[in-house]
Amino acid sequence: MFPTQFDYHRPGSVQEAISLLQANPDAKILAGGHSLLPAMKLRLASPAALVDLGGIDGLRSISTNGGVTIGAMTTYAQLRDSNELASRLPIVSETANNVGDPQVQNKGTLGGALAHADPAADFTAVMLALGASVKAVGPNGERTIAADDLFVDLLTTALAADEVLTEVSVPAGQGKVGMAYEKFRHPASGYAVVGVAVVVPVDGQGNAASPRIAVTGATSKATRATAAEQGLNGKPLTDQNIAAAAAAAANGLDLNGDHFASAEFRGHLIEVFTKRALERAAAQVK
Amino acid sequence: MTMTEAVAAPARVPVQMTVNGTDYAAEVEPRLLLVHFLRDNLGLTGTHVGCDTSQCGACVVYLNGESVKSCTVLAVQANGGEVTTIEGLAKDGEYDPVQQGFWEMHGLQCGYCTPGMIMSAHALLKRIPNPTEEQIRHGLEGNLCRCTGYQNIVKAVQYAAGQMNGGGTHDPANTADWERELAGKSDS
Repeated sequence: MFPTQFDYHRPGSVQEAISLLQANPDAKILAGGHSLLPAMKLRLASPAALVDLGGIDGLRSISTNGGVTIGAMTTYAQLRDSNELASRLPIVSETANNVGDPQVQNKGTLGGALAHADPAADFTAVMLALGASVKAVGPNGERTIAADDLFVDLLTTALAADEVLTEVSVPAGQGKVGMAYEKFRHPASGYAVVGVAVVVPVDGQGNAASPRIAVTGATSKATRATAAEQGLNGKPLTDQNIAAAAAAAANGLDLNGDHFASAEFRGHLIEVFTKRALERAAAQVK
Repeated sequence: MTMTEAVAAPARVPVQMTVNGTDYAAEVEPRLLLVHFLRDNLGLTGTHVGCDTSQCGACVVYLNGESVKSCTVLAVQANGGEVTTIEGLAKDGEYDPVQQGFWEMHGLQCGYCTPGMIMSAHALLKRIPNPTEEQIRHGLEGNLCRCTGYQNIVKAVQYAAGQMNGGGTHDPANTADWERELAGKSDS
């Protein structure tokens, strides 16, 4: 299998990439290529041109300054192997270690995952739970988009066609924060049939303080499980409270069903994996 | 090198890369996949095309020191880069320890997945020199073998780890059950 023909551009700067996107309205941005190239080989996508961000310096970086800022072209392997992330944001390194396989981790990028917005991606949910935001640079300058506003629908984000997602920022947590991502991994593809990311700050009394719970794989886009969040907020992380929050996690979500997992089964998985993730997060803040 | 005749197509783009220590330059269609460049243009057919959908890992090569699935990388993305294929692992007529491991432990049956499996195992041992069995299985998650059930492949990687970590022994904590059985020792 090979893609249809296209023109290939490898800009040396973000500004040059934006100019190329403006000049080529049917162009697609190429990051790690592990979603786009398979889609092109299957002729599900036939862009007239590719704008490869691989030649732009400075988009592959992890920096800490209060919060954590990650360059869009940072690969899963870099996230997986970062000691800084392992201590500050273990949910990120853990998740990176469970995306696809080592070869996918070597090519796939965080920015690519968020901009592609695959409904079964892992990092969409993780970044929602972390309250992350992305920087988008376009012809009219740059803007910040909260992860909450980034995912619009199936494979659709708030990014404009001539905007480049350049970095992802995670705000600094305050006090003790438990965090975990649990997924039911599709046995063939490795994608999340259902994945649940939880980030649970606790106050001095050990009560959950504005916990964030996000679900992927189950709906057309990664989404917050607000019913579960509200149910847990202000409460201690007891087994009973965790079970109640998990039981509410699928409330209000429009669940997908397919040949692998029915909507009903996905609803069940959301409960199970929310519970597992919350239990793991609770153990971290005991 | 010379290319086969051009077809009417969008502009070809020049690429140059070092493959197994030899420099190559060519003009290719942007859509040419790295695996086809290696196999069809350079004649390095040790790298296989299996599923062609980045699942099976038969096409794994090193690109700039990282293992990648070359069916999901464009040749133009590798421009200026350094590639090592299965043909480039042996040095001075000596098999690499991972190749030896697959030989000694019979880590294959039909052999189709073997080049990719060896490349992935090699990359795993570069990152984790003394992996546990679980780490080996996780590290080879991107490589499918439809013959062996992976048992001998795991043994092959353990053998290679032992060779690389000082001539035949490795961390007893990571010693596999079969090795203990062979040695006639009990775990308890």
